[in-house]
Amino acid sequence: MINMQRLKQQISHLILPLSVLVILLVINLIKGPEYFSITMTNGAFYGPIPLLLDHASELVILTIGMALVTAASRGQDISIGVGATITSAVFVLFVLNAGEASLLTIVAGFLISCVAGLVIGAFNGTLVSVFKVQPMIATLILLMGGRSIAFLIDGKLSPLLDNPISKQIGTSITISDQIGTEIFNVPISTPIILTAVFIAITALVLKTTNLRLYVESVGINPSAARLNGISPKKIIFLTFLIMGVCTAVAGFIAVNKAARHDSSNLLKFIMMDAILAVAIGGNSLSGGKFSLTGAIIGAYTIEMLSQTLLRLDVGTETLRAFKAVFIIILMVVASPVVRDYAGKILQFARQILQKVRTRGGGGAEGGTGAPDDTDVAGPDIPVKKEE
Amino acid sequence: MKKNTSKIMVILAIIAMVSTFMVFTGCPGDDAAGLIKVGIVNLPPEESGYRQANVEAMNNVFSTANGYEAKQTNTGDNSEQIAAAKGYIRDGVDYLLISAQNASGWDDTLKSAKDAGIKVILFDRPIDTDVSNYQAALLSDMAYEGKMATDWVLSLGLKPTNLVLIRGAMGSGAEIGRSAAVLEAQKAGKLKIVADGTGGDSWSLEEARKVVEAAIAAKKDFNVIYAQNDGMAQGAVQALEAAGITHGKDGKVKIIGFDFNRFALRNVQAGYWDANMQCNPRQAAEISKWIKSGKLPSGIIYQEELLVTTDTITDEIIDTWGINADPGKGKITR
Repeated sequence: MINMQRLKQQISHLILPLSVLVILLVINLIKGPEYFSITMTNGAFYGPIPLLLDHASELVILTIGMALVTAASRGQDISIGVGATITSAVFVLFVLNAGEASLLTIVAGFLISCVAGLVIGAFNGTLVSVFKVQPMIATLILLMGGRSIAFLIDGKLSPLLDNPISKQIGTSITISDQIGTEIFNVPISTPIILTAVFIAITALVLKTTNLRLYVESVGINPSAARLNGISPKKIIFLTFLIMGVCTAVAGFIAVNKAARHDSSNLLKFIMMDAILAVAIGGNSLSGGKFSLTGAIIGAYTIEMLSQTLLRLDVGTETLRAFKAVFIIILMVVASPVVRDYAGKILQFARQILQKVRTRGGGGAEGGTGAPDDTDVAGPDIPVKKEE
Repeated sequence: MKKNTSKIMVILAIIAMVSTFMVFTGCPGDDAAGLIKVGIVNLPPEESGYRQANVEAMNNVFSTANGYEAKQTNTGDNSEQIAAAKGYIRDGVDYLLISAQNASGWDDTLKSAKDAGIKVILFDRPIDTDVSNYQAALLSDMAYEGKMATDWVLSLGLKPTNLVLIRGAMGSGAEIGRSAAVLEAQKAGKLKIVADGTGGDSWSLEEARKVVEAAIAAKKDFNVIYAQNDGMAQGAVQALEAAGITHGKDGKVKIIGFDFNRFALRNVQAGYWDANMQCNPRQAAEISKWIKSGKLPSGIIYQEELLVTTDTITDEIIDTWGINADPGKGKITR
């Protein structure tokens, strides 16, 4: 019974992101069912859905970090794209200086870039937790200066990773290529695999540790958390460290996809999408309880939205405005206010139905209608309780 | 008497000191040291690979070894740029070189430079002002670049020419100029734009890739990709690779990019792409030539720029005119 209630609560959390996702899926289905087709091309799965999963990788990983930072610090980290640019600059620098891009040097480079990510996270985390700077302001510092730092690291020339000799045009042979596309004989693209592994590790950490409890309690009420022996400073610092690792992984994937390090444009506006994904995921941007599942679905939803707009042949000039309008509609339709309102209308309808029934009207129809209504209204109740 | 002479001595001493001091401070402004004073107001190198090469060329050309005393301000903030320009005018530079972040708001500054007798030369970016407010402007003609590229597309003689247009940041000078010729050719019925997309404000590789993926998913038939910078051309080619569509010299889809990144030129050389259109960031040498010859042109001057194809590309072009890192001969960038 308790489990049932927990499940219901979880589902109610996911109503917002799932309804948005379903709306987009329906639009794509109406546009044409080929959206769901998957074929084998060059030994790998190909189709809009595999491409979607591939392109959303960096966003999903950064969204996980963003959800944690938002929950604990009640603010957002807007330096993530820049952070990923710096960590990937460190990665590229290491691999190029190591002489050859072998599996060993790439793994070592990745680990070093993770250390760089931790340093960035520690920098932001210190500003936020120790000096109590607002997260958005603290990370603004890196947002403004970070790309110059990346330029200094990568030697200002947007260096290239090791690339295949032209004899083998069309075949991906280097390891960096395989990380950016597919590993030999594996039909799923490497970014998708890396993302899945990352999600699995995050889920495992949340399952086996008290991280979720600590983060949520700090986000809901830092003073109360402190009185209960949880140090808000340490927890907020920790979430920024985790964010640092997320940026390193995202930067690693992005730079291998692009095959070269472009300090000016790498993951330039991704913080906007990550914050939006957290919000679409049904999370409050002012901290507290969070749902990573929702945030991840939100990230895939955003990627699907841009894919959908391209499929709908929206004019190039109007694309951005269209996207904004779309997001507004989705958020409003799925917002608690509208859901509350819908719930009230349902209740009103039920009352009328009941009146009709007591008068002795259409029995069978009302009979099937009533249970449906309670089912629909069911998940809404915990949401109300929460607020 | 004695008192008076000592007073006179003191006054003379003071005059002597002041005059020597004045001579010393006065010197660099005149031609005693022989250096030409130049103030450069530019955008920061981290803006793009283009700017990187641009700033580097400025540093190399306007050096003391070449007879210049140059001061540089690189900032993406228009008001900081204006403040820097005003500072150089106060310093009394001989020439003021400006690449402005915003095309407007410069009138007063340019006028005060003119009043001070300072020659203003704009490079790379124009300013919306009366031509009399500056000496000359050395620019890249984006419309010319677009025309060269479109002429190349038409010269392929594909029947029909179905083109995917991938634009840069909408409304930017480069986007408008490089799109113009293509749109005109479509109007004239010489080619057909089957998909029209943009890489967004960051000229994004990923966005460009999605544009091509959407075109493939919609089963649009196309045989030319016209991407308005190299990063976006790269994204477009990645989409083709994943879908198993051939491209380049012997392939079905012809690829043209812009900007002359060395990786892009190597791709053209290897036949992985087909063509690339230059956007020359090295205005410094030309401007220096003007200054040294003493014959300054007036008004807007456009640079001559190259278009290379798999047939015309050489190592020398890549060395001399390419920007950013060189992957090395024979290598391609996926």
